[in-house]
Amino acid sequence: MATTPIEIGKKSGCAASSCGSTSDQMSHLPEHIRERVFNHPCYSEQAHHHFARMHVAVAPACNIQCNYCNRKYDCANESRPGVVSELLHPDQAIKKVIAVAAAIPQMTVVGIAGPGDPLANPERTFATFRGIAEYAPDIKLCVSTNGLSLPQHAEELSRHNIDHVTITINTLDEEIGAEIYPWVFWNHRRIRGRAAARILIEQQQRGLEMLTERGVLVKVNSVMIPGVNDSHLKEVSRVVKSKGAFLHNVMPLIAEVEHGTYYGVMEQPSPTAQELQALQDACAGDMNMMRHCRQCRADAVGLLGEDRGAEFTLDKIEAMEFDYEEIRARRAAVQSAIAEEMNKPKVQVATVSLASLKRRAVATPPVLMAVASKGGNVVNQHFGHATEFLVYEASEAGVRFVGTRRTDQYCVGSDHCDEGEDKLALAITALDGCRAVLCARIGITPWEALEAAGIKPDSDHAMEPIEEAVAALYAAMAEAGELSDAPSVGASVA
Amino acid sequence: MALKIVAACVNCWACEPLCPSQAISAAVPHFIIDAKKCTECDGDYADAQCASICPIECAIVDGFDMPLNPPGSLTNIPPERLAALG
Ligand code: SF4
Ligand code: SF4
Repeated sequence: MATTPIEIGKKSGCAASSCGSTSDQMSHLPEHIRERVFNHPCYSEQAHHHFARMHVAVAPACNIQCNYCNRKYDCANESRPGVVSELLHPDQAIKKVIAVAAAIPQMTVVGIAGPGDPLANPERTFATFRGIAEYAPDIKLCVSTNGLSLPQHAEELSRHNIDHVTITINTLDEEIGAEIYPWVFWNHRRIRGRAAARILIEQQQRGLEMLTERGVLVKVNSVMIPGVNDSHLKEVSRVVKSKGAFLHNVMPLIAEVEHGTYYGVMEQPSPTAQELQALQDACAGDMNMMRHCRQCRADAVGLLGEDRGAEFTLDKIEAMEFDYEEIRARRAAVQSAIAEEMNKPKVQVATVSLASLKRRAVATPPVLMAVASKGGNVVNQHFGHATEFLVYEASEAGVRFVGTRRTDQYCVGSDHCDEGEDKLALAITALDGCRAVLCARIGITPWEALEAAGIKPDSDHAMEPIEEAVAALYAAMAEAGELSDAPSVGASVA
Repeated sequence: MALKIVAACVNCWACEPLCPSQAISAAVPHFIIDAKKCTECDGDYADAQCASICPIECAIVDGFDMPLNPPGSLTNIPPERLAALG
């Protein structure tokens, strides 16, 4: 998938993150890593429309406390805050994986992310991985951890078919760490304050080094906490990259009073979508950034952004019978067909001439545009059906994918969101900072509300390839003088 | 001499594998400590293991019903603040 070329004299000296960047984050990666992750839905914006993943919640216990977590709910590092997953025994988890693999042959990845810390429950975690490897050896395994017990388990992780480990690293500085982690459980004692942060940071860094030495792919997650670690995360990005991490995923703090977390109750502000993007851009010079992370729940099932978990509850899977060989063969057939489809050369996107812009005395600033899409890299979703938007930065240099905005990110209660008006308000909040939203269709009420919020609704480019559509709309808006006042976006760091 | 798990427990399993006396077991509605087996970790560890990893304030109490992790001691959330939220 290539960036739509917009033929304007190439600026010199621009950041690697914007020059030659494509909407597919994989293009930055070395060939051997790209090969390993091309069908991983969480790492490739393209793969996530085709391949599915599931999480199994087998690991209840945790060995640290994070200020953005409330242990009544699932771990907030990898999963969504305020969610409780159904805890599974390893045997049940293995059965669930087989059931899902039978129903969804596109499934390539199974992860353990909670509800506590997988490595604080090593027996349960490794028993689950062993069982999956036995019945479905082609399925990739991944695991997320806070890193405290990582050095202890790095060797065993490298021996399993586990090629993706995610470590949540929020800081390298024990003073900052003491603000994020009230305590860790270490050597049979509860340790607090800076001493606790020092231990955690040392273990995380040593674990990262041990895994990369053993050829295990390591992704680093960081939670962006404004005023606490936000300005420090660029340094985190640089250091973890130098130690061999292949992706850095900066996620926004989600803190709501009703989650009962320290940050929620103390009303710590979460970053806005624009602040998050600016930081991701700033880190991107050092690191491959992951911009389409959906912060799934610990028992999510299906394509990224959808959750079919309810089809596979315990009572349903207990009753199922399987022919493992048949399931495996079907999975192989479906997946190779998808891989072929993904590797087909893409339709050449028409060059959009912005020659007229070159004559303008004042350059048109870059702007953000949101797209409602069901996949296939096409503007093909009804505005009202979108639960997330793909956000692109359009500038005279071209169009680049910068991230996703979920409408339910700002949603506080499940019933809440079904209400039409609330849903519209949530969508408009999620689109903050975007100048336009492209969709297949849109009703008159949301159309007016968007216009009132300064976001131009557009359905003229329905069914067009996304980047071409964004480029065309940008050109048209620039032509009409609608963008001359646009605030500059994306604070790209050169 | 024994500790007790009370209603605040969220059934997170963290304490169970750590007990040197195998005194803790999963139960409904919450985990329980067998008072006959619990030694308060005396002779094994300096600190009671269950109370050292338990993430929930007031979930584990001593023989006088005093919580080993009183309000505000684990999350740093001032108890007044929590009380104000109801
Ligand atoms: S105090 Fe020690 S012996 Fe008693 S239940 Fe807790 S861990 Fe077990
Ligand atoms: S650690 Fe605390 S909350 Fe968790 S099961 Fe034990 S008593 Fe309950």
